[in-house]
Amino acid sequence: MITLNGISKSFKVAKRSAGLRQAAKALFVREHTIVEALRDITFSIGKGEIVGYIGPNGAGKSTSIKVMSGILVPDRGSCEIMGYTPWKERTAYVKQIGVVFGQRSQLWWDVPVIDSFELLRDIYKIPTQVYRANVDLLTETLDLASLLPTPVRQLSLGQRMRCEIAASLLHDPQVLFLDEPTIGLDAVSKIAVRHFIQTINKEKGITVVLTTHDMNDIEALANRILMIGHGRLLYDGSLGELRRRFGAQKTITVEYREHSLPVRVEGAELLSWTAERAMFTVDTSRCKVADAIAQLSEQLELVDVAVEATPIDEIIVQLYKEHSL
Amino acid sequence: MRTYLSVGKLRFIHGMQYRTAAFAGIATQFFFGFVFIMIFVAFYSHSTVEQPISLEQVVSYSWLRQAFLAFVALWFRDSEIFQLITSGNVAYELCRPCRLYEFWFSKLVGQRLSYAVLRCFPILAVTFFLPAPYRLNPPASAESLSLFVAALLLGLLVNVAISMFIYISVFWTMSPIGSTMMIAIVGDFFSGMLIPVPLMPDWLQQVSYALPFRWALDFPFRVYSGNIATAEALWGILIQAVWIVALFLLGRWALQRSLRKLVVQGG
Repeated sequence: MITLNGISKSFKVAKRSAGLRQAAKALFVREHTIVEALRDITFSIGKGEIVGYIGPNGAGKSTSIKVMSGILVPDRGSCEIMGYTPWKERTAYVKQIGVVFGQRSQLWWDVPVIDSFELLRDIYKIPTQVYRANVDLLTETLDLASLLPTPVRQLSLGQRMRCEIAASLLHDPQVLFLDEPTIGLDAVSKIAVRHFIQTINKEKGITVVLTTHDMNDIEALANRILMIGHGRLLYDGSLGELRRRFGAQKTITVEYREHSLPVRVEGAELLSWTAERAMFTVDTSRCKVADAIAQLSEQLELVDVAVEATPIDEIIVQLYKEHSL
Repeated sequence: MRTYLSVGKLRFIHGMQYRTAAFAGIATQFFFGFVFIMIFVAFYSHSTVEQPISLEQVVSYSWLRQAFLAFVALWFRDSEIFQLITSGNVAYELCRPCRLYEFWFSKLVGQRLSYAVLRCFPILAVTFFLPAPYRLNPPASAESLSLFVAALLLGLLVNVAISMFIYISVFWTMSPIGSTMMIAIVGDFFSGMLIPVPLMPDWLQQVSYALPFRWALDFPFRVYSGNIATAEALWGILIQAVWIVALFLLGRWALQRSLRKLVVQGG
């Protein structure tokens, strides 16, 4: 479905230091640095997959999405999506994809949402019946009935994002690119958006590539993660595998009668310590959780014990650390 | 084609919502119409030689310009497109299955049409009944009227094709101010916005005739009053068409080039 091979892209960025003298100098001599946004990115995605594309800010996520949606032309490498090269057969290709950029808007600001939809119908030349059916379906699943006659400027961010996603699906795309679709949304809207993405993936078999900083999105949606950092692809695999690799660690939180000195536990690492509460991480491949608790109860008068798996966010932080991002 | 009609239509509907802006615009256009005509009345009453364009023709010229300002003014622009470019929202326009140049072109035509439709009728209606030197005179003949309508609409296309270069330049400059100023000042002068072209010195007339700008303004308004005769007007319409095609192709090529070096900024 989607195959990228050795995609590289660099940008020329004008640069100057702070200060008046530097500003004056920049009038005559511009200094440029080359930023390599993507270096040799290779992966392939099958039909009907939901892939989470993650990485710290500035890693190259959005650049990859822009290359894959035909907006940017890479310096090197090849990309084939549904048999098209996005930037070469742009017009034919973009009919088959839907794109949502979470930080931008495709709806006309001053006119009701439905007018924007109708314009999209004419742009994509969607047959009337298909358009009707899709609007009805999207209205129902995304709860848009009351939003369609409203001018976009009067919508809240969550309402607007639901409309944006609907707008990108009117023409029955086979691939959907979502660039930070949940950015700035409240908990309810996030869950609604996630649920909807799952539904269309299951029912219509749409392949979804989404970038996000919210690991809950990834946990709820993506079976597969691609991680990118400094323009390189650093990890390509399932979430489960990532958990096995890093999630062998458990966090133990203990509360106890006052104890003034930190205690040591063989095979566990102390995360935080107060006179009444402490947190440890235990690497279960080296030390059983039960042994750690046994050691603790020997040294402390325990009041409460809680054991948790490492949250996905921390796994990602560890992954970033491992690659020194 | 339907796509482009549709975007033009939506922009037209969009533009029709701003009634208050239209009232304010009409008031301003009346004011400047009177100021211009007063100056010309004073000029003609003290002139000893016969001018190449009569006072009645200049008055009609001025009122038509005020009524169809949205068709002819180059400084009149769609700030939405500037925002699309500088904010990077242009990304969305690029993942649509249509050509960006034609898309924006139709949008701009729709916008100018909506503004002109809201403003031209009240101005035309009132100025037809003004007392003598200030009155908008009826067209010279039925032929001049129909040629005027054709020339005015083609002039709109000439103007939009010129203004597209302002938008395209923003891909390089990232700020619309400089290019709008330059193109608008040069363009509005040589189009006859400030002084009708026949009243310019000979050498300036020559420059003006060599440039595309006058075909959007000077030409249709002089056809209306019969200052340009029917046969000449027919040739003029042909030249308008040639300019439209040339500017269109050049603009499309320039936009294509700027897109190739495009950097969509941020997030």
